[in-house]
Amino acid sequence: MEFDALTLARLQFAFTVSFHIVFPAFTIGLASYLAVLEGLWLYTGRNVFLALFNYWKKIFAVSFGMGVVSGLVMSYQFGTNWSVFSDKTGPILGPLLGYEVLAAFFLEAGFLGVMLFGMERVGRPLHFFATLMVAFGTLTSAFWILSANSWMQTPTGYTMNAAGQFVAADWWAVVFNPSFPYRLVHMVLAAYLTTALVVGAVGAFHLLSDRANEGARVMFSMAMWMAAIVAPIQLVAGDLHGLNTLKHQPAKIAAMEGHWETGAGQPLILLGWPDMAAETTRYKIEVPRLGSFILTHDWNGTVKGLKDWPRNERPNATIVFWSFRIMVGLGTLMILVGLWSLWLRFRGRLTESPALLRLTVLMGPSGFIAVLAGWITTEVGRQPYTVYGLLRTADSVSPIDAQAVGASLVAFIVVYFLVFGAGTYYLLSLMHRPPDLSEPDIEKGVPTRAAGITPAPAL
Amino acid sequence: MLDLLTDLAFIWAALIAFAVLAYVLFDGFDLGIGILFPFLADDHDRDQAMNSVAPVWDGNETWLILGGGGLLAAFPLAYAVVMPALYAPITAMLLGLVFRGVAFEFRWRTQHRKYLWDWSFALGSLVAAIAQGIALGALIQGIPVANRAYAGGWWNWLTWFSLITGLALAIGYALLGATWLILKTSGELQEQARRFAWITGLGTLALIGLVSLITPFLDPIFMQRWFAWPAILYTAPVPIFVALAALALFWGLRRRREAMPFLAAIALFVLSYIGLGISFYPYVVPPSLTIWDAAAPASSLKFLLVGALVLIPLILGYTILAYWVFRGKVDPKASYH
Repeated sequence: MEFDALTLARLQFAFTVSFHIVFPAFTIGLASYLAVLEGLWLYTGRNVFLALFNYWKKIFAVSFGMGVVSGLVMSYQFGTNWSVFSDKTGPILGPLLGYEVLAAFFLEAGFLGVMLFGMERVGRPLHFFATLMVAFGTLTSAFWILSANSWMQTPTGYTMNAAGQFVAADWWAVVFNPSFPYRLVHMVLAAYLTTALVVGAVGAFHLLSDRANEGARVMFSMAMWMAAIVAPIQLVAGDLHGLNTLKHQPAKIAAMEGHWETGAGQPLILLGWPDMAAETTRYKIEVPRLGSFILTHDWNGTVKGLKDWPRNERPNATIVFWSFRIMVGLGTLMILVGLWSLWLRFRGRLTESPALLRLTVLMGPSGFIAVLAGWITTEVGRQPYTVYGLLRTADSVSPIDAQAVGASLVAFIVVYFLVFGAGTYYLLSLMHRPPDLSEPDIEKGVPTRAAGITPAPAL
Repeated sequence: MLDLLTDLAFIWAALIAFAVLAYVLFDGFDLGIGILFPFLADDHDRDQAMNSVAPVWDGNETWLILGGGGLLAAFPLAYAVVMPALYAPITAMLLGLVFRGVAFEFRWRTQHRKYLWDWSFALGSLVAAIAQGIALGALIQGIPVANRAYAGGWWNWLTWFSLITGLALAIGYALLGATWLILKTSGELQEQARRFAWITGLGTLALIGLVSLITPFLDPIFMQRWFAWPAILYTAPVPIFVALAALALFWGLRRRREAMPFLAAIALFVLSYIGLGISFYPYVVPPSLTIWDAAAPASSLKFLLVGALVLIPLILGYTILAYWVFRGKVDPKASYH
């Protein structure tokens, strides 16, 4: 690989956005989980729900803070490294991102402080309303960010002006572009699953040392319901998203499947090594005709192969093939965990299998890995374009020196590992503490934070 | 249609100018507290100083995101030119803000490593402030543009002038921070804050004067804007008001007033900002791009303006409410177990 400015700028974006996406993926799910916990507490009056709310609230505050600072970096990175892209797409993506900032600023800003510190100050109904608004705010952020990303994948509703900029002709068509609904559902479900697996892992971890801890039992049980219900739904949502991609970005599907030749009755390649230079997938393990059946719902359906596109129009199949398989593999494991938990639950022994508890602890980070693998699939699969079919990545980059990008890349790597390494350590030490039924509302010794404002983009 | 675009671009320029001013004032004092952090007497004082901004800092920083996001949406060409031109200072600022931002949370999660996050907070704040000042200086000096792209070198931002503006902004933020501490604390810490305010106040005024003297010589447009007849009738009040604000600052410090120094420091910043506005208008990237050169098409400006006009007043309302809720002195015992 040649380390020119373009490669370095791509590495830098991949690095900073990968670090960033982890936090919103977690906080979107956690905000909704907190709303559910508080709602259950208000409905049932059981103290364990309040204790769990206070337990996860602290974890939410720390991860939200890290999401904010890593998000700030993203909002400037478009300009420093991708200035041509910013100039050309700014008239369309700028307002979408602007709405994200405004909406998130408004909803989360207004209510996060109340949620974190206001239980005693504002009373229960208003506090619950604040928690719901925080959850709604994180979803609103996701809505606008994913709309912007989807427009880059399936651009519609635009015209070009004399300066070569994309200009919105129909905002409705821009916002609700063809891949947006699928991507939104797939990502929000992914965020919910990611959070459920973390919650499940923390519950399982504490159950392994104390089978009687009520907080741990409840969070484990709730997380297993999520895995059992949401993981299969995600399979369906992912399949629909894939079919949508086949319609609009067939080259991405060909790369994900490792298909090179166009033909009827394509096999499903389970494992293999797509070789970009040799234009073939080596070491294939395949199931005949199943690929065509999954993609076209016809055993003899015709599916395009990568050779249909000239070399300079193909995404890197080696990366996309494998990132896709990592995502699907982890998703399958999540479904299995959910089914296993259902079986144990109906025998009344949900928390009594050390094997399931240990597996759930191991699966704790699997949601994050699946989210990253999924994003790598869709973003690398969009290459060699930033705006699919219209603006090449190579034509999007800033006119910058490789040294400048390289130096800032090294700085970001060092700083992120230091800062977010420490943050992850603090998050893990919060999770390491067993949940306690008398979990305090506000920590002693930590300053009170805003009952009114806090920041914007969790995304 | 053309007139509509003209008006929309002007409205957006005003909105973004407002967001940047709001950022400078709001985040200015909490960055200033970071800059003063190493000079505070002990851990207890540092806890108090940090508590005085902990409830509001993250809301303050969001104005920076709003400014950057607004620039991308309303003036994409300006965004695309300025960011590569200021590559190094912007990157340094972002890294500085990362270090200081996480310190607010992390500092309370550790006992024996607390000093590390103290330094992270102090150095991060200082680096962010100097980088912003350097970026401002580089912008005043002018950014060359050719074919819708930055056309200068990678070290253009680094000059004696930009180093002076970097220093000026850092000392100015420290003044805002010191006067904020006078307002929010009492006792020994407040006394110390008064001494800081004297030193940084004198430093800020000296540097405002120096920058104002150099600026007109950087570009004939600036010179004409300030000194040509009859423009001087409109521009002359600015330095006069600066002198009045300076008097109010030192009078307030001498008379041991609590709010006056902070308000006077804010007035100094607002006046300097108005001065910059007089020099810049109608350029968004002097001397290359006016706000109309860089404006996004009317459809984009209209689409986001609807949301901005509804939500920005609400956000301002929240902000005022939050400052009201957390008004009064910081409780000196709040950070003890």
